[in-house]
Amino acid sequence: MTDKQRDVLLSINDLHVWFELRRLGFGHAGYVKAVDGVTFDLHYGETIAIVGESGCGKSSLMKTILGLNKPTKGSITFDGKQDVGTLEGEALRQYRAKIGYVQQDPFGALAPFMNVQRILEEPLIINGVKDPAERERRVRKVMEEVKLTPVDDFLHKFPHMMSGGQQQRVVIARAIILEPKLVVADEPVSMLDASVRVEILKLLRGLQEKYKLAVIYITHDLSTVRYFSERVFVMYAGNVVEKAPVNSLVHNPKHPYTSALMDATSDPDADNALTYRELPPGEPPSLVNPPSGCRFHPRCPKRIDNLCEVEEPTDLASDDHLVACWLYK
Amino acid sequence: MAQNNNLLRIEDLVLHFGTTRGAVQAVDRVNFSLNANQAVVVLGESGCGKSSLAKAILRLLPRNVVSYSGRVYLDGNDVMQLDEEEFRQNIRWASISMVPQAAMNSLNPVIRVGDQVAEPAIIHLGVSKQEAVSLVKKMFQHVGVPEDFISRYPFELSGGMRQRVAIAMALVTSPNLILLDEPTSALDVLTQASIFNVLKRLKGELGISFILITHDIATSSELADSVAVMYAGQIVETSDAHRFFAEPLHPYSRMLMASVPRLRANTEPEFITGQPPSLLNPPKGCRFADRCPKRFDKCSEEPPVANVDGIQVKCWLYTS
Repeated sequence: MTDKQRDVLLSINDLHVWFELRRLGFGHAGYVKAVDGVTFDLHYGETIAIVGESGCGKSSLMKTILGLNKPTKGSITFDGKQDVGTLEGEALRQYRAKIGYVQQDPFGALAPFMNVQRILEEPLIINGVKDPAERERRVRKVMEEVKLTPVDDFLHKFPHMMSGGQQQRVVIARAIILEPKLVVADEPVSMLDASVRVEILKLLRGLQEKYKLAVIYITHDLSTVRYFSERVFVMYAGNVVEKAPVNSLVHNPKHPYTSALMDATSDPDADNALTYRELPPGEPPSLVNPPSGCRFHPRCPKRIDNLCEVEEPTDLASDDHLVACWLYK
Repeated sequence: MAQNNNLLRIEDLVLHFGTTRGAVQAVDRVNFSLNANQAVVVLGESGCGKSSLAKAILRLLPRNVVSYSGRVYLDGNDVMQLDEEEFRQNIRWASISMVPQAAMNSLNPVIRVGDQVAEPAIIHLGVSKQEAVSLVKKMFQHVGVPEDFISRYPFELSGGMRQRVAIAMALVTSPNLILLDEPTSALDVLTQASIFNVLKRLKGELGISFILITHDIATSSELADSVAVMYAGQIVETSDAHRFFAEPLHPYSRMLMASVPRLRANTEPEFITGQPPSLLNPPKGCRFADRCPKRFDKCSEEPPVANVDGIQVKCWLYTS
């Protein structure tokens, strides 16, 4: 099934998420423009990766999708019906139950005073599953799915009794226990050992394939996106600067920032120790006062004077590999 | 390795901690050496004892130590023989310093970063405040922090900048050797690469040696001259970087290498099933045996360290 044939699950349209800064006594002091004009569609059963560094807005984007922030402008449409930004109260709670959230720090995400059984039952209780036997059945089933077995051994364990990988399995189990259509995974493996990352990503991929879940995988580590997504969106300073199918992005990165990310990603190779890596100078910009025009222009080795700092580039098309960069005009 | 080239040689280092459930054998007869101006990577997963190894080298011991022995030769002299005060004055932060795990998050939030970097210089080198300031400026230059950041507080710096400050703190007393414990694990990829550029420059221009402790094989190749793989408190393979990254020998090293997702290759990474053993009661015999695909009956006895053309491997497969 091609992208075009699958239905759209989540449609993000010109989304802006700005946080107001207030100075005590002086009122309004500007906005942190965390997400500043993002548009894309996510289809049922599709996995996409959102790649970017700290401060690019990916976490704010994710929290807005989860209904934890309100959009400042633009819309998020779920399942063709609901504009997430307008949901309140009970409707918002029901929406949130349709999305699973896998957090970055497994230890931080689990209440230390709750054992696995209580942690996994909680979403069921909140969402009105009253029968304890039914809850137990579902808890056991999801633990089998994430391979936290033998189930009886793990049911009564507290988070500190488990390894990072096991804790993350509990987080994943909790995210899927309500049978969501969409799972948002925010850096799900970056706090785990490198050798455990693959195990957890494969687990997620297996669940995604089995239940036809749509997954938004947020990460700054490009080396894992090939194993775990169909399309990649690269974010920088609140904008999506490149959108492409994963192999197209990895073999032919178009935006200079994407190329910089790829060049900075190491594969195990002893020759790496022999040279310095070329990196764009400086750091990602403040989101309160982002640079004019293309936000990457102050750091871009391929900057075109009198163009890049003046006008903000929009998606320049090349079939399904879009890039927001004047080099591709 | 040539005796005269060794900056650091560790022999039979042991560090066991006492707990109510018994002794945790965190560092169990570790041997390795490091030449001047080289970087050795101690590679291992969580719980293998690598952070404890750093503490054992720097004698940063908690109160529940039950066993601490071995020989640590720095420039030919066994520093384990020194008493506490001599070690504190001449070794810790004088010859060997450290950037601990999550150092960038452990900076004192209420003291300006310039003052924090100056502190080891004032205490260990006895310099005046003015001399300390000019030392700090020089350090900031080495690690790539703008000079005007001297008067800033940690919260005003990004993660990458704070990590550079932590490295500057370890550098200010001009040590010969710096231990780095997971120096880039919390950082974004561009920042990680920039930190490694700093470390490469310190190695190349200032001649400093490094022991880099990490679980991240891919980034470890950015600095490594040699690699020591640690598993369950023991070193299972020691090799030069070129041969290690091309083809490691120990089954654990091989599986670890195979588990790394690569950006530039098409192979699907494989993960290692099972878990490392608890250091409380490590299994008799080879500690990797129950997860090893090449296990055979001899593995129920502890394997000796075999020498394969200069590579040390603690595995029966390589013992003739």
